Amino acid sequence: MNATVQTATKPKATLPDPDINEVSKQYWDALAKGKLTFQHCRKCNNNWLPARGECPRCLEADWAWHEASGKAKLISWVVFHRAFHPAFEERLPYNVAVVELAEGPRMITNIVIDDAEKLVIDQPLTFVPAEEQGHGIARFKPA
Amino acid sequence: MTTNLSGKSVIAGIGATKFGALPGRSTISMNVEAIRKALQDAGVEKDAVDALWVKCPTSKFELMYGQKIAEATGLQPRIGGVWDQGGASNIMMISYAAMAIEAGQCEIAVICFADNPKTGSAASYSRPRGDDALYGWFATLSSYAMIARRHMGELGTRREDLGAVAVASRRHGAQNPNAQLRKALTLDEYMALPPMVAPFCRDDCALVSDGAGAVVVMSAERAKKMGVKKPVPILGFGHGQTSWEVAQRPDMTSTQAKIAAETAFKMAGLSRKDIDVAQIYDCFTITVLMTLEDYGFAKRGQIGDFVKGGNIEIGGELPVNTSGGLLSETGMPGMQLIHEGVRQMRGEATLQVKNAKHCIISNQGGVMHTHASLILGQ
Ligand SMILES: [Zn+2]
Repeated sequence: MNATVQTATKPKATLPDPDINEVSKQYWDALAKGKLTFQHCRKCNNNWLPARGECPRCLEADWAWHEASGKAKLISWVVFHRAFHPAFEERLPYNVAVVELAEGPRMITNIVIDDAEKLVIDQPLTFVPAEEQGHGIARFKPA
Repeated sequence: MTTNLSGKSVIAGIGATKFGALPGRSTISMNVEAIRKALQDAGVEKDAVDALWVKCPTSKFELMYGQKIAEATGLQPRIGGVWDQGGASNIMMISYAAMAIEAGQCEIAVICFADNPKTGSAASYSRPRGDDALYGWFATLSSYAMIARRHMGELGTRREDLGAVAVASRRHGAQNPNAQLRKALTLDEYMALPPMVAPFCRDDCALVSDGAGAVVVMSAERAKKMGVKKPVPILGFGHGQTSWEVAQRPDMTSTQAKIAAETAFKMAGLSRKDIDVAQIYDCFTITVLMTLEDYGFAKRGQIGDFVKGGNIEIGGELPVNTSGGLLSETGMPGMQLIHEGVRQMRGEATLQVKNAKHCIISNQGGVMHTHASLILGQ
C-alpha cells in the first residue's frame, strides 16, 4: 500500500465479499496494490469492467488487464441517508457514484468529498486507492 | 408474412385479492383466490382454461413455481409457465398468451402474480447490488435514484417534477377504496420530506405490499361465442429490454421502453394522440417521467412541463395511474395497472376518465432492465 491509501474504520458488521474468481482475481490483486485495472480486448480494442471471461463486444476471450490512467468523469451519484446494512450505519450520509474512466469502462465507486450534494454531473475525477474489509477498492476525488 | 394480432384477443376477466398486509397467506393461496375471481369475472368455467402463465414472487424465487400454481388450481395447461422478467412480466405474459392463442397453441389463458413481501421478507429490495457491497451499493431504490440524478443533471429535471408524479398517484389512490395508502400528498408536503437516498425521499418509492392479481385472455371470437360480458380488446403490445446494469448502460436517461411503445403503437395503428388514459409503472417517480418521455408524450428533457399543474391527474390532459399505481394502490409489480386499464375501458373505474377509448399501460422490471407496453381499447 502506498501513502495515499485511505484506511477505512473497521465495520462492525461484515459486508458481503466480492465474488473473486479466476477472471476477477487479477483485478482485486491489483487493487490491493493500489492499482486500478480494466480489461482490454486484443481483437477489437474494447475496454471494460467488471471482469468477465469474454469481450462483450466481439465475444472473443483474447484480452489483457491494463492499468487505468486514473482519470474519470462523474456520470451520476446518490447520497444514502439510510443504511441498508449495519456496516454503514455510522457512515451516514455517504455517497455512491457511477464514474466513467477515461479509457471507457464504467464502475460503481465512492467520491471522496465532504458534501456530495456539491458534485456536478460530468465533472472530472481522479482515482484514489482505498481499502475496505481487507480488499483494495477504487474511490475517486474531484480532479 | 406477418399477421397483425390487433384486436384478435381480449382480456375477458380480472381478479385480485385485497392489497396491503395479508398475514398468513401463501403466494399460492393468493394466486388461487385471484384466479378464482378472474374466472368468475369472465364467466369462464375453470376446466376451459388450457394455458397458465405465472410471474414468480419477487421476494422468493421458487423452482417450478408455475407447476405449483397449476396443481393448486387443478389444471394441466397445454402451454405457459413462469416468466422471469421482473415487473415487465405480466404484460409480456399477456402478449405471449395472445400470440399462442392466435397460433392455435391454446384457447383460454390465465396470467397471474402473487407476492407477500409485506408480511414475509422484503430483503430482495434492499440486497447489495452485484460485487459492489464494499462501496455501500445497496437496494433497488438506489439504482433508480442514480438514474434520477443523471436525469436531473443532464436534462434539467427537478424534484418538483418527480413530486408531480407522487402527487398524482396519491391523489388518485386516496379515492380508491381498495388502495393500501389512501392519503393524498401535496407538492409542498413532498418537497419538505427528508432525503432517504438522495435525490429520493420516501414518497418517491413504491409501497411494499402483499396481494395477487390475475387476468383471463381469450380470442375476441371465443369471448363473443361464450357471451363474455365486458371483453376488453388487446389492440397492441410491444417489448424492449435495456438489459445492462445501470452502471454499464451507455445512456442512463432513456431505455428500450421507446421500442416497446413503438411496437405497440404500430400494432394498434394508433398514435400518442389517441391515448386518453395511461397506467404507467411507478415503482419510483423517475420511472414515470422517463416512460412518458420514451413513449413520446413529451420531448426529451421537457417532461417537467408535461407533468406539472395536474396535467397527469384526473381532469388533466393525460390522467396517469387513476387507481393510485405502485405508489398508492399497491406495490404489486404491474398487474394492478392492467386491471385499472381494463376498468377504464369498461367504463367502471372509480375515477373514470370520460369517453376514454384507448389506454396505454407500461410494465417494467429490474432497474429499467425490461419493459413491456400494452394498448387496450373498447
Ligand atoms: Zn472484443
